[in-house]
Amino acid sequence: MMKQFEVVEDPIDIHQYHEFAINEKQGAVCMFTGHVREWTKGTRTVHLEYEAYRPMAERKLAQIGEEISERWPGVITAIAHRIGKLEISDIAVVIVTSAPHRKDSYRANEYAIERIKEIVPIWKKEIWEDGAEWMGDQRQYHPDLEEK
Amino acid sequence: MKVMLFAGLKEKTGEGRIQLDTPSSLTAGELKQEIYMQYPSLEGDVFQIACNESFVKDDHIVDENDEVALIPPVSGG
Repeated sequence: MMKQFEVVEDPIDIHQYHEFAINEKQGAVCMFTGHVREWTKGTRTVHLEYEAYRPMAERKLAQIGEEISERWPGVITAIAHRIGKLEISDIAVVIVTSAPHRKDSYRANEYAIERIKEIVPIWKKEIWEDGAEWMGDQRQYHPDLEEK
Repeated sequence: MKVMLFAGLKEKTGEGRIQLDTPSSLTAGELKQEIYMQYPSLEGDVFQIACNESFVKDDHIVDENDEVALIPPVSGG
């Protein structure tokens, strides 16, 4: 059984998150899936590994859902992020945002992925043919801290 | 004080959890200094402190009973 905000180890079945966000009030559902990309700026990725501080990551995903509810009342959000070893084109993250009207569902969806990249303790290791590296946000800080 | 490590920090020290010699409570800023002193291999590594699954600022008092984690810059999505 899926949870509304979760970190998972198995391949993501996107349909259950899509279903979750639908009810009789919602006229629009926006679904984003983030996938493992083979080529980044000329470097070939062989595969990726994601690691999470799992309880905090799920708590932060839920926080993003709350932020969305404050900014766009009526939007329902569901987010799942996969961890472990992922192959090219595997789904790393799914974000579903539903709303009575489409504009809010689009806006909320983009907001969610931007916030994931800021405050959710999940890390990506890129494995190349000739090496590997843990990636970090280039800003090197957590914007979350500045808002409190 | 027990501290959890993740990603590059875990790989560098070879440990997912380290035991630091600290007072039973200190500020997050002081804790960072202790970490850099007791684990010189982490010098230059940037991280935030999380207490009980929330980010805290440098003046926050960290207690040894808190669940403490070092959070390097994140890269999910």
